[in-house]
Amino acid sequence: MAEPDSQPALSRDEVAHVAKLALLDLTEEEIDLFTVQLGSVIETAHDMNNLDLEGVQPTHHPLGLTNVVREDVVRPSIDRAEVLSQAPDVEDDRFKVPPALGED
Amino acid sequence: MSVAKPAAFGDATAIAALVASGDRTAAAVVDDHLARIAEHEGDVHAFNLVMADDARSAAAAVDEAIAAGETPGRLAGVPVAIKDNMCTRGVPTTCSSKILEGWEPPYTATVVDRLVAEGAIPVGKTNLDEFAMGSSTENSAFGATKNPYDLDKVPGGSSGGSAAAVAAGFAPASLGSDTGGSIRQPASLCGVVGVKPTYGAVSRYGLIAFGSSLDQIGPFTTTVGDAALLYEVIAGDDPLDSTASPQPALPVSSKLDAGVDGLRVGIITEMAGDVIEGISGDVLARLRAAADALAAAGAVVDEVSVPSTVYGLPAYYMVAPAEASSNLARFDGVRYGLRADGTNTAAMNMASRTAGFGPEVKRRIMLGTYALSAGYRDAFYGKAQQIRTKITEDFDSAYENFDVLLSPASPSTAFALGDKTADPLTMYLNDVCTIPSNLSGHPAMSVPFGVGDDGLPIGVQVLAPMLGEVVMFQVAAELERAGA
Amino acid sequence: MYTTVDRGPDVHEPSIPDEWELVVGLEVHVELSTNTKLFCGCANAFGAEPNTNVCPTCLGLPGSLPVMNGAAIESAMRLGRALNCTVSPSIMARKNYTYPDMPKDFQTSQYDQPTNHDGWLDTPEGVRINIERAHIEEDTGKSTHVGGDGRISSAQYSLIDYNRAGVPLLEIVSCPDIRTADEAKAYVSELRGIVLALGVSDAKMEEGSMRVDANVSVRPRGSDELRTRCEIKNINSISSVGRAIAHEANRHIDLYETGERPIQETRHWDEEAGRTRPGRSKENDEDYRYFPEPDLTPLVPTAAELEAIDASLPELPGAQRAALAEAAGIEPTEASLIVERGDAGFALDAIAAGGDGARVVVHLNNNLAGGVGKLTAELFAGLVNMETAGELSSTQTKEVLAEMVETGGTAADIAAAKGFEAMGTGELDGMLDELIANHPDEWARFAGDDEGESKKMAGFFTGQIMKATKGQADGKVVAQLLNSRK
Repeated sequence: MAEPDSQPALSRDEVAHVAKLALLDLTEEEIDLFTVQLGSVIETAHDMNNLDLEGVQPTHHPLGLTNVVREDVVRPSIDRAEVLSQAPDVEDDRFKVPPALGED
Repeated sequence: MSVAKPAAFGDATAIAALVASGDRTAAAVVDDHLARIAEHEGDVHAFNLVMADDARSAAAAVDEAIAAGETPGRLAGVPVAIKDNMCTRGVPTTCSSKILEGWEPPYTATVVDRLVAEGAIPVGKTNLDEFAMGSSTENSAFGATKNPYDLDKVPGGSSGGSAAAVAAGFAPASLGSDTGGSIRQPASLCGVVGVKPTYGAVSRYGLIAFGSSLDQIGPFTTTVGDAALLYEVIAGDDPLDSTASPQPALPVSSKLDAGVDGLRVGIITEMAGDVIEGISGDVLARLRAAADALAAAGAVVDEVSVPSTVYGLPAYYMVAPAEASSNLARFDGVRYGLRADGTNTAAMNMASRTAGFGPEVKRRIMLGTYALSAGYRDAFYGKAQQIRTKITEDFDSAYENFDVLLSPASPSTAFALGDKTADPLTMYLNDVCTIPSNLSGHPAMSVPFGVGDDGLPIGVQVLAPMLGEVVMFQVAAELERAGA
Repeated sequence: MYTTVDRGPDVHEPSIPDEWELVVGLEVHVELSTNTKLFCGCANAFGAEPNTNVCPTCLGLPGSLPVMNGAAIESAMRLGRALNCTVSPSIMARKNYTYPDMPKDFQTSQYDQPTNHDGWLDTPEGVRINIERAHIEEDTGKSTHVGGDGRISSAQYSLIDYNRAGVPLLEIVSCPDIRTADEAKAYVSELRGIVLALGVSDAKMEEGSMRVDANVSVRPRGSDELRTRCEIKNINSISSVGRAIAHEANRHIDLYETGERPIQETRHWDEEAGRTRPGRSKENDEDYRYFPEPDLTPLVPTAAELEAIDASLPELPGAQRAALAEAAGIEPTEASLIVERGDAGFALDAIAAGGDGARVVVHLNNNLAGGVGKLTAELFAGLVNMETAGELSSTQTKEVLAEMVETGGTAADIAAAKGFEAMGTGELDGMLDELIANHPDEWARFAGDDEGESKKMAGFFTGQIMKATKGQADGKVVAQLLNSRK
């Protein structure tokens, strides 16, 4: 049983750290809100500890298939123009992005 | 106000027969449906895109082919609506997200190809909760969809647009995707049939992934027979999806008239009011009525406990967001979709994602990132994957004594717009009856079975063993015959 | 075709002070030369027009799915077995991190259940390096940094080509068993030889189809502690492997000796400057959030498959060296170059056809670096026999050999056409008589006790005879004649 007023399931710092990992730029208000909202989901996730899972294998694939492979045969690629037409920015038939190490 | 489909508007099976025999043209069918869309879409907002011109030319092509003596497809001239998370070449595919607004995929999803190959005519891309994350279709960047039975109510979600399109008569059939109940719950709320096939029964190629090990495409229709027809068209192995079942489509139409005499039907105890809280009385009443109807038709009905299903919700809200956090990493502003300014690549990635994703998507990405992060992975993601095994084992032992299981599809009838948007956890509870089948991969479907105290539709969920779709449809057909 | 073997000059490779010892582990990425990419049917080809070998899957377009290339798995298992690894049931996993040339913003790789693990490799010098794992993963696209001085740090923008994205890689991770820069080079070179013998990759470091990252730390010799390591990336030749490791090790030693200590970080080898530089700070702060790839099924090799792979493995460089050493009567290390060039079979055939082993090895090492051309093992043996019988001088042999490579003719025909007659001892005797008569002083100096003078005059007389015979005399025979008259 958790103590009343025990530590929240999730700290504000953790939320800020996770946002960085997830490449999301959250406002202070969003961080506050998510700390509460995600905290309550994580709280319920602790219910999972009520189940004895000792030695239970994880399910990664419901159908349990193995060794699904294809032949090593070249198939046509798709039209470059069609692909590049959807890109935000293009130069010399390549995808253009800001510099890797520009100022933050 | 209700704009629900008039009874005489024609189902997919009937339309295909008329078009195939030449008694009706595909062009006329499409025009009728486009007219109905023109009349009511403003109220319902089922679509992100109505493909009127494309539909008319596709209909003309079907008519020409039939006139030229070609064998008509099984869905000749049948208008279909496609959830806007399935890729359609050259046609915008948005996932109801600003981050994909205007994106025209250079390829088409396998399921859409299969429908079109049988003469079906896509009439539009339907609205959804952004990236299929939600249970009310209110999380769309392009505005909420309304329930055709009551425009002040939600249609459910995430495939709310596809459910509403069928309920409103915009198309006799549509495709949705179901990761935690996103077909069955809106089907229940919109009074239509909705099927989540066995995981792997239908190819996911071209379905924009939410939770890859949970996602499954399935049909919405007004009749069980139509759902069977659609299933038989879209199911079957696909060399482009490694997780697809190697089997051909199961012959689910074959036993629709077989009745249920002697079949063993188990009501899931945990979902019958005693264990999982929050299932409303009228929903439970309809579940009992459905069980009674099956018993009256000769089925042997009993209750059966599937104990670990109560852990479905917490497990799901670790696994699905974990997979989603990884699946949605690619929306980074580099190759397609929205790009926001940034002085370097990482800043551009972050600005694009921050501007492009809505609040619920951000919430789930955050949750999933957390569930996989160093120090928490085993406790959250890892445990949840073990619970899936437990749930599967519990279902499988139930199926040792029962042919199908029965439960509610949704804990309540359609709720009011805005009612549950404030608290995510309340919204998540909508999927409490549907989530276990996604975690285990078993097939399940929602069949309309009367209305609630508010006069709004209620669906009953029929669940079946892995690749047990034939008996699932068999029982669903009996419920349909028993009526409300 | 021959690929040149770059063991590189050892210049600029600083030595390590005796009281310190290196602890090095290598991560080698090998691009598998399958027809298609790892998860889609796009061509796996180097040098195509940008973004032409792409499809929804390798571009990571929304809705696309991967399907595993069976041939890539087989190549991976072959290489694993050749490295004495245990091949186990494995699963693909997602390694989550963001980089613009990685289309899905996760790399499909392997994590806790790799295909190959717990193997080893013996270097030609007999040092055993243990291999922790050899796992399958996909390559990234290629970024070109534009503007500034061309370096990533000063670029104004980057352009991305995804042709390479999704090309199958095998990452071979050694244990930290390597103790010297030379061992590291020998390990990479041997690994490359194995890869080439199997034919699973062209393993060209200059084209990036083989890439080496080095985890380097140092410790006082005699200690068994593991100190802070740095990962060195961007090493693009075998000689750079040695230089980069030696430089990095010395950097650590300098730090320790001045009372500081290195920090664990990723560093990049700067070939021109001959030093390592710190990488992006981001590389040092990752949480990859690995989890099993839900879009791919586990790989479970059958016992029959593994038996078939073992049975199909070709003779590997180590065994080739041993066989050639045995046949030619040389040390295994002396056979290295021939084995690396892929000429071991040719050498063994020439020896089997009667050619003298030592001469066969000498010619292959020194005179056939450009390839054997139209030369066959039998013709080669014929030439070597003429040489050892004294019918051709070594200069003549070299000249005939060059022509045999061009034309495929026999040694006898070519020697005859060139007028290379076997020069009898009698004829040379006569010439020598005349020379001694004409140069009595020189002869006296040759015959005297001053060794240096004698050597010098030997050169004089040999040179005169060579001049008179237009180089057709066998230098060895002349030397014997001179000494016999001394």
